[in-house]
Amino acid sequence: MATLTYRDALNQALREEMQRDQDVFLMGEEVGVYQGAYKVSRGLLEEFGPKRVVDTPIAELGFAGIGVGAAMAGLRPVIEFMTWNFAVLAMDQIVNSVAKMLYMSGGQINVPIVFRGPNGAALQLGSQHSQAWESWLAHIPGLKVVAPATPADAKGLLKSAIRDNNPVIVLEGEMLYNLKGEVPDGEHIVPIGKAEVKREGKDVTLVCHSKTLTVALKAAEQLAEQDVKAEVLDLRSLRPLDETAILESVRKTNRAVVVEEGWPHAGIGAQVVDLIQRDAFDDLDAPVQRVTQADVPMPYNKHLERAAKASPEKVVAAARRVLYLE
Amino acid sequence: MTATARSTKPAATQSAVPPELQLTMLRHMLLIRRFEEKAAEAYALGKIGGFCHLYIGQEAVGVGALAALKEDDYVICSYREHGQALIKGISARAVMAELFGKATGCSKGKGGSMHLFDAKKGFMGGHGIVGGHIPLGAGLAFASKYQGNDKVSVCFFGEAAVNIGSFHETLNMSSVWKLPVIFLCENNRYGMGTAFERVAAVTDIVEHACSYDMAAELVDGMNVLTVYDATRRAVERARKQSQPTLLEVRTYRYMGHSMSDPLHGVYRTKDEVEEQKARDPITHLAGKLKEERVIDQAGLDAMDAEIHAEVEDAVKFADESPDPDPDELYTDVMVD
Repeated sequence: MATLTYRDALNQALREEMQRDQDVFLMGEEVGVYQGAYKVSRGLLEEFGPKRVVDTPIAELGFAGIGVGAAMAGLRPVIEFMTWNFAVLAMDQIVNSVAKMLYMSGGQINVPIVFRGPNGAALQLGSQHSQAWESWLAHIPGLKVVAPATPADAKGLLKSAIRDNNPVIVLEGEMLYNLKGEVPDGEHIVPIGKAEVKREGKDVTLVCHSKTLTVALKAAEQLAEQDVKAEVLDLRSLRPLDETAILESVRKTNRAVVVEEGWPHAGIGAQVVDLIQRDAFDDLDAPVQRVTQADVPMPYNKHLERAAKASPEKVVAAARRVLYLE
Repeated sequence: MTATARSTKPAATQSAVPPELQLTMLRHMLLIRRFEEKAAEAYALGKIGGFCHLYIGQEAVGVGALAALKEDDYVICSYREHGQALIKGISARAVMAELFGKATGCSKGKGGSMHLFDAKKGFMGGHGIVGGHIPLGAGLAFASKYQGNDKVSVCFFGEAAVNIGSFHETLNMSSVWKLPVIFLCENNRYGMGTAFERVAAVTDIVEHACSYDMAAELVDGMNVLTVYDATRRAVERARKQSQPTLLEVRTYRYMGHSMSDPLHGVYRTKDEVEEQKARDPITHLAGKLKEERVIDQAGLDAMDAEIHAEVEDAVKFADESPDPDPDELYTDVMVD
């Protein structure tokens, strides 16, 4: 077990999977010579050469589609978007080509492709560079969507994604690349579709994923000081959603707060709340609360930006509301 | 910039094409024509739903191009793909059953007219978003090069797709990466009801190849032999030199954009349609082969009767085939 950054855990997953399977290749902007815009692909060009680490022009729609065509012919492309904000240009390929290929071909053509890159707001990057796309992507049947929050999960989920015979979206937290954590060496696989309790508790469930795990853990610390034992459930996968894990935790705590980086309207949290109200209605002691980004484009000013984001304080306040402590 | 062969005038001469192959091409064009006529009838009867884009008038393009390919080469198309599907080896039965939405269709009734597939035969689909499949065609070629096989990829699309970003992005990358792909633009002059010259600053599509340092040819799409010739040159360039080609094939659709659109009216005249029909590729090749005594009228009649029977059989098969099982609704979303 080594202590690695989230970035290096992803790098390790890519390297190991490229060593394991000749059909895996990496394609995207700046992945080769520049070593990756966020240095996730550091050293891969040197190890695997330009055939398997392919620098592209700035043409998201085009190179995403070329990846899809290559996957239709049996390769296993990993397509890196410099950020998911730019992937919006490739949404036609993700939605219309990738997600439907198996179905509309009557089961003939599966597309074993991974689309990955940083997601969610960083710091003061303004409206167009500060967005969380998971509810868009998780909406679409035919895709799997994962959003790891820790270095170990980043490695294990990316390895699972690359080995999956279906298209998988890997949302990496833009603010998580420097996060350090213990990562098992070698074969470390995290199955897609499994949430994990990252902190046990009995009074309230904090449902989170990706960067909001950090937010929820800090909130749980603060709640502990107020004698509230919060359980922190990291979804890890957004499609398929680990419904069993969510219901199990809520049946234990009877209260829930769902935290996400995205906007409130039709967000991931709305899906979680739908599940809880339908299948755990009688277990609930209070309406479920949500903490999201403010329902506005992200402002540049740092005070406004902080006010827009989900924060431990907002999660603590929401938890206190579901506990009727406010 | 390297000098690349580019021709903006259609080649006038043809290399010698064996008479048997010419007869096969004639048969293939006639099969498509009769198939599409039956599809139009079935659509009018409500047996086929949704959008249905017919290939009548454009048969020489698909037939000439596919005659230049090996069996395992890739073909990928837009939604006007019944013809290419039939010639790539999907049976008339399986195509018609797909149009009817039946379980015996080539996509199990889940694709429909716009999404015909047979991966085993290298027919990688009909795709419904204009221009969306152009990068897929290049991706198939990327895989051929990566895997070290000699499969060529031919991507058919209409002239309206040339105004879309994916066309330009894909041509650029295909040229930079030297992919064995042929971009075959079927210029039938109208994107639905919009004449190309009304919405395109450059109306000679071949000229777009200059921007991407790509070989290109302008081809008469009403003559199956010139299409065959030009595609052969492009295939050789792809297979031997791993270089892409843009072919602009000038053709004409006799029918409306889809079955729910008018044949003519506000966007083109009846006279124009009739004028184009006078250049019919099937009549042209049949006349030539009669003149050359490769086939006589009795032979032509027999060919037509045989095709007619094949298409009638396909309709009967489609009609009598079962709908997909209700459980099929939830299958094929994911593989294990």
